[in-house]
Amino acid sequence: MSTSSVSVLDRARTRVLAEGQGLEEADILEVLRLPDEDIPAALQLAHEVRMRWCGPEVEVEGIVSLKTGGCPEDCHFCSQSGLFSSPVRSVWLDIPSLVKAAQQTAATGASEFCIVAAVRGPDAKLMQQMRDGVKAIKEAVDINVAASLGMLSQEQVDDLVDMGIHRYNHNLETCRSYFPNVVTTHSWEERWGTLKMVRDSGMEVCCGGIIGLGETLEQRAEFAAQLAELQPDEVPLNFLNPRPGTPLGDQPVMDPKDALRAIAAFRLALPRTILRYAGGREITLGDLGTREGLLGGINAVIVGNYLTTLGRPATSDLDLLAELKMPVKALSATL
Amino acid sequence: METTYCDRCGEPTGTGTHDSCRAARQLEPPRFCTHCRRRMKVQVVPTGWTATCAEHGTLAAH
Repeated sequence: MSTSSVSVLDRARTRVLAEGQGLEEADILEVLRLPDEDIPAALQLAHEVRMRWCGPEVEVEGIVSLKTGGCPEDCHFCSQSGLFSSPVRSVWLDIPSLVKAAQQTAATGASEFCIVAAVRGPDAKLMQQMRDGVKAIKEAVDINVAASLGMLSQEQVDDLVDMGIHRYNHNLETCRSYFPNVVTTHSWEERWGTLKMVRDSGMEVCCGGIIGLGETLEQRAEFAAQLAELQPDEVPLNFLNPRPGTPLGDQPVMDPKDALRAIAAFRLALPRTILRYAGGREITLGDLGTREGLLGGINAVIVGNYLTTLGRPATSDLDLLAELKMPVKALSATL
Repeated sequence: METTYCDRCGEPTGTGTHDSCRAARQLEPPRFCTHCRRRMKVQVVPTGWTATCAEHGTLAAH
């Protein structure tokens, strides 16, 4: 083990594992710069931190797109922007299909079902679809319903609380300094404003982003530190899956070793949060990557498919959790 | 019915190898109708997907 990594991992053992405080930005950067031979030690420490401060349970979630494509925003990674020549067409999911997706998600043992829409923010039609859809789900399925509908007004935040939405996802996507390279149609600060309203409403805050957008390691550390400042209940960690037709369509898939460093670093920055494996893990890390992540600080997964791309079968993840003796977090444990 | 177009990139199947498209399709639903090259309406759900061509109908995987 290198001298510098002994130093940062030793500091992390005291500060993060023993005291439950996240690493600061400079040390997060050191973890992201660890030599290859020190990655296993970093993942092992991140796993110990997760077990100490979060426990062995793994939160399982399914996600579905209520409104796909045709988004007016220009998030450069996203195949659902209507501003790029992506092959993804606009489509709405009807309520019976939404309920069926929730039922299928619950059948995997998942405690979370997140409804997502590709929008800048919800309009009256989408909010009505949410009211009808959430009501129908709650009548048919015992599962927590989360939502991800872009930027919100205070009135919309209040409406979502009234609907019984227990967690709201709004990703910052990347650090503040790199955000203008990724999105130009709205600002990082606008996203932060929505997150603050969500936090103040009592809904749980889900906020993460995408690693591998072309940000530097310094900016990756900056992002982890900014998330730690927000203290979200959940951080979904995506890895860029370059989508045809988007400005980042030719960006290379990130090095799997860098992805593993990022998993360890984000766990050491956020010792108590739900750190969820999200999109891009299959293409970045392959099947074995799921195991490495779950033994390296991850304590939540999206099972099955994503919004516009496909994931591993839910049974593959559930079988792995059983093998690793990591219980799926029960719905009762989340209430 | 003859398959003429790649369901991922929409280019003619007789042009190029489409090896990368076939590899990518392991983790993606189809996007183009193989018969007429129309962009299909695709809905992905946690356990499957449907892809609908206005002219040639719906494909599904569950």
